[in-house]
Amino acid sequence: MTPPLVDVRDLVKHYAGERSWFGFGRPKAPIRAVDGVSFTIEAGQSLGLVGESGSGKTTVGRTMLRLQEPTSGTVLFDGNDVFALDAAKLRALRRRMQIVFQDPYSSLNPRMTVAETLREPLEIHGLKGQVTALLDEVGLDAAFAQRYPHELSGGQRQRVGIARALSVEPQFVVCDEPVSALDVSVQAQVLNLLADLRARRKLTYLFIAHDLAVVRHIADHVAVMYLGKIVERAPATEIYAQPRHPYTRALLSAVPEPNPRASKRRIVLPGDIPSPAHPPSGCPFHPRCPHPKKNERCRTEPPPLRPITPGHLAACHYAEEPM
Amino acid sequence: MTAPPTAPALLRVRDLRTYFVTEHGRGTARAVDDVSFDLYPGETLGIVGESGCGKTVTSLSILRLVPEPPGHILPGSLIEFEGRNLLALPAPELRAVRGNQIAMIFQEPMTSLNPVFTVGDQIAEAAIIHQRLSRSAARARAIEMLGLVGIPDPEERVDHYPHQLSGGMRQRVMIAMALVCHPKVLIADEPTTALDVTIQAQILELLDRLQSELGMAVLLITHDLGVVAGHADRVVVMYAGRVVEQATTDELFERPTHPYTEGLLAAVPRIDAPRERLHAIPGQVPAATAWPTGCRFHPRCPYAWDKCVAQEPPLLDTGTAGHAARCWLVTEPERRQAKR
Repeated sequence: MTPPLVDVRDLVKHYAGERSWFGFGRPKAPIRAVDGVSFTIEAGQSLGLVGESGSGKTTVGRTMLRLQEPTSGTVLFDGNDVFALDAAKLRALRRRMQIVFQDPYSSLNPRMTVAETLREPLEIHGLKGQVTALLDEVGLDAAFAQRYPHELSGGQRQRVGIARALSVEPQFVVCDEPVSALDVSVQAQVLNLLADLRARRKLTYLFIAHDLAVVRHIADHVAVMYLGKIVERAPATEIYAQPRHPYTRALLSAVPEPNPRASKRRIVLPGDIPSPAHPPSGCPFHPRCPHPKKNERCRTEPPPLRPITPGHLAACHYAEEPM
Repeated sequence: MTAPPTAPALLRVRDLRTYFVTEHGRGTARAVDDVSFDLYPGETLGIVGESGCGKTVTSLSILRLVPEPPGHILPGSLIEFEGRNLLALPAPELRAVRGNQIAMIFQEPMTSLNPVFTVGDQIAEAAIIHQRLSRSAARARAIEMLGLVGIPDPEERVDHYPHQLSGGMRQRVMIAMALVCHPKVLIADEPTTALDVTIQAQILELLDRLQSELGMAVLLITHDLGVVAGHADRVVVMYAGRVVEQATTDELFERPTHPYTEGLLAAVPRIDAPRERLHAIPGQVPAATAWPTGCRFHPRCPYAWDKCVAQEPPLLDTGTAGHAARCWLVTEPERRQAKR
């Protein structure tokens, strides 16, 4: 059996708490953005990483590419320890791991034409590549090469962002909420494009999103994050058919369905998402959990991420119980 | 609600045109271009469309909140509330309606609240101005409103500042501010777009509950067809500054008639459907300074023929009560079948 292309082990990223009194006071509690996250992605597969604000999903993606230094943990990419590499080796590896950012407005340099934006990574890595061929691949006319970002719509900018990531022919692409800023009709265009590119180039994706419906169209596996931890992970068909963690169940039930006759039971969670600086004791989800079996154990004992059925993991003491 | 309401409309919008003069004199953006609809007492009317279709400018025009210049509402437009044209009201009379009988909540709760006043002061302000309550009575009302919108410990929260609250709590405060004078109409412009999905579910549930308790009419402006499906009685679909389709919610989702509505519905990723390619509408919403000729959707429409390029269709009755679509397919339905 070949090892997975991406292997994340116990990844932790804490941000130091701010100091009060203009930097001279006691530091506040650290923000536990990512708190022990592990997963693997096989070559050619795509993992959907889903969570709400503050869940740590974006930090996972950026730390994996070492755009941020981790607090602890290991990321193996095709057997290479990403966090142990020196600058030259890291640069060589980055050619194989790329990222598409959420905001197509701030992630393109406004002073560079599309052609310059696409040529830059090629020059850095000493590669040959055709700007027109790249544009064609993402569905843009060759005339776009000479335009500046402000002349493009949101969907067109996101296509440029995708072309830039693909220019160096990576194997692995982190897609960080690539369609969240787009309108529905354009979102569908970009999702289809990402699916086509993946099939054509045999890409591996980490697809980060807050929207479970979007992820359904692109992911083979899904991991759900809450307060810096993965609370459920399963093959996509499994998790939509039989979610096990009460948070996943609530998330799925909260997606507004474009069907007025949908008679699903809506689980409306009480309260707000707690601050990752002060995660609740025990199970981090316990203050909002609607599970009927919730008890003292949930308040004190953190549930491990454990297999419920083969390949389906959930971090809930009562994942087997009906809700 | 299955049939359109028969009671007299509370708010009538007729032939609304709101244009903007663009910078550098590049032309006039016809953001809202001849929009008409009715809002009936107690109902929720959804206005759906993507960015640039004119839905937010429509809602701002109702309360004359469009900045002038660069914007202006053209003569001939009518916004009638309880028999009076709001567009013709003198400023003091308009102020007596705005925030009192017609209130509004916005998408971004952080920028819509004043950061240097407590939430209690901001909620009480409208009650002091419109209902001439004393400070202490207004404060008591603010506490009552905070309780009504489900904020825990309202006696304590009333003295908090916006930055001390989460996004969901701020949107609850916005709702409390809007409802403090018990308005007859609430305009909710993308009230949950900036919120996480579990918080969105809370706010939508809250709006539903308050509407049934207070009996107000809600104009729900959103890009999300899922939100409309779950919360609106009737729907108006906008595209390129025009109303392109209107129907009761059940009817619209069962028989979408305008190709834009049809395309939009097919483009929504679903959690209940098998995984397959999404239907994408080709191209993008054109610029408001240069709407296409004829039917404004024709460059993106899979059914378009020469007539659509030459001549814009009016809103045509589909034959079902209250269901109209601005599309020539209504007169030549066989063309739709031929394309399928």
